[in-house]
Amino acid sequence: MENNHLIGIGRESKQLATWYFTFAAIIFGAQLLFGLIAAIQFVEPGFLYGVLDFSIARIIHINALIVWMVSAMFGSVYWLLPDETGIDTIGIKLGKLLFWIFAAAITVVVLVFLFVQVGPANDTTIWFITEGREYIEAPRWADWGIVVVVLGFVSNLFLTGMKGRQTGVITVLMSDMIAFAGIYLAGMFFTDNISVDQYWWWWVIHLWVEATWEVFVGAIAAYGLIKMLGAHRQVVEMWLWIEVTMLFGSGILGLGHHYFWIGTPEYWWEIGALFSALEPLPLVAMFVHVLYDWGKTQGAHDAKGESKAVITNKPAFTWFVLNAFGNFLGAGVWGFFHTLPQVNLYTHGTQFTAAHGHLAFFGAYATILIGMFYLAVQGTNGIKVLKSTKLSIWSTSMITGGMMGMTVALTIAGYVQVLVSRAQMGATWAAYFDGENGVWFAQAMDWRLIMGVVIFIGFILLMIDLLTTGKKSVHER
Amino acid sequence: MANKSVWTDNRFWRRTATWVTGFAALLLIWLTFDTSTQIAMGNDSDLQNRITKRVPSPTVINYKIAYDMNVKRGHEVPVIGGDDGHGNSLFKEKEKFFGRDDWSQKEAKALLHLGKLAQQAKNCMDCHTILGNGAYYAPDLTKAWLDPAWGPNGSMQAMTNKNTKEEAMAEFLQHPDMFPSHIRMMPNLGITAKEAKGLVAFLKHMSSIDTNGFPRNFGKMQGAVHGK
Repeated sequence: MENNHLIGIGRESKQLATWYFTFAAIIFGAQLLFGLIAAIQFVEPGFLYGVLDFSIARIIHINALIVWMVSAMFGSVYWLLPDETGIDTIGIKLGKLLFWIFAAAITVVVLVFLFVQVGPANDTTIWFITEGREYIEAPRWADWGIVVVVLGFVSNLFLTGMKGRQTGVITVLMSDMIAFAGIYLAGMFFTDNISVDQYWWWWVIHLWVEATWEVFVGAIAAYGLIKMLGAHRQVVEMWLWIEVTMLFGSGILGLGHHYFWIGTPEYWWEIGALFSALEPLPLVAMFVHVLYDWGKTQGAHDAKGESKAVITNKPAFTWFVLNAFGNFLGAGVWGFFHTLPQVNLYTHGTQFTAAHGHLAFFGAYATILIGMFYLAVQGTNGIKVLKSTKLSIWSTSMITGGMMGMTVALTIAGYVQVLVSRAQMGATWAAYFDGENGVWFAQAMDWRLIMGVVIFIGFILLMIDLLTTGKKSVHER
Repeated sequence: MANKSVWTDNRFWRRTATWVTGFAALLLIWLTFDTSTQIAMGNDSDLQNRITKRVPSPTVINYKIAYDMNVKRGHEVPVIGGDDGHGNSLFKEKEKFFGRDDWSQKEAKALLHLGKLAQQAKNCMDCHTILGNGAYYAPDLTKAWLDPAWGPNGSMQAMTNKNTKEEAMAEFLQHPDMFPSHIRMMPNLGITAKEAKGLVAFLKHMSSIDTNGFPRNFGKMQGAVHGK
């Protein structure tokens, strides 16, 4: 980024944002690469057997997912903070130092996952190799490192938010990020009791992805609408508060849908079913809200007799709209499919969950964060209106199409498991493999791999576009 | 502005968001206290006094465990030490675990501790599911202890050349790459004999956890396909 147009207020904050975005993009690539390895192993189990087994490929696949998203979330906040508050980010030097600590710690964790993989059954392994708890496998030392970095990030946000203009977006982000950071502590202890273990483990996983992260997305979408459409702040922020009400109102107790079968009492059936069934509602609201604001702003523009599109960043806005729809479809519809205990008794722990997980993480988070990448490209290159390029259209289509295809494939695989392994055969070792050996399951895994390749090519195109589009002459400067 | 409706008032929605979030969080915290009491691990005296716990004492490894339909609850539950005919535990019938049925509270606890550590240190959850959570590359382990494949007539005892379930499991865990159970083979994770014993204790203990009937019909279905 030689042509750096980052000047004036918030220059350093936005620069730090681009560091986080760059790091996020690299880890995003790693996530897809190791996802491909795991997908190949489903088709060809001998692939890298004994060298880089499925468990290791998957650990890196899902942890890279979390890390790139958290990095991009940090980047998004550092990017919008000066725009919203109107002042320079306070303590930005510390923020920059913490970035390097964060990046170094993540690199060490990944290298240890890759080359050490497992350890003997003792505390040293838990502290320095792996904690072996899905999504938060990072060893305990890294947990503390993450806590330190997050505290630094939260203090940047709070000090700046309290001193500068405190918009609705900033208020939501401040309260959301403190919850986001605090919840992580629930995953930092060891217990012999697997039920207690998973009870608190879900506090971290669920209250992140089905509560605090969703609210974060609401806030980012609000910022994006104001930034890219010039939508009316009062309207946008009113919707944001309504979304927060609905997201936290359903999402916090929706946690109960993870407590159906882990040893916890039966009352979670009712609580989990009721509140998680409500979880899609705010996602509908968010989708309606984005399209409504778009139409309204464009309509007001047209009424003035101006025929131009109101959007100032076409690719970013495309990803924001994909977010609104993908969040509803992946998290909302695919989540609702299996959230009632009567259904979940059979779908719990099958590829059905994988189908939902893939489309939800993509639809709810990957999309809007890629949109933020494009906003940063626009800002760092001093572009007034960023247009779509052939590359951005191809990459968007391939990633989104591949993701939908993969979700359908995994859903079919899930059905086979539910019907054959669970309902018909009764969930034993033999039952499991009866399902896996079936031709429908095998075909679904083939298609999943093919779709994974499509997504990966789309990702490469996306990276090329992000790196080159700023220099192209099609944009209005 | 005087006639402005409350529905279009940002302050009203901000307060609503705060109240709703606060109420949901408080309810969750209250339920967490109740659940924490209910899922606290029992101790040996519970078993002696025939008290059913959702998560029993580690010394449950001294007892025979089954997974039977509970008449009152309408789904399967773990049944410890024999069934009273209605799916309730009798806590009578013992079962030897590595040759003993008198594991003390302290010994059993240490074994379970080792097993739980091993379960994390070997990343079990990144291929298997545990209580249904984890990865979907290998079978669910929630009730693995009760799987007929490991039983006296199952294929695994013959394959590992062992005479008891726990020995067969421990042998397999130490050398999974030597037993071609399926084309998707478990890799050798360097599990020692001691760790394997701990892991088997962990699995036996987990099978005694009351999971509200998950998985349904476990190990009961035969002859459905492939002429079994």
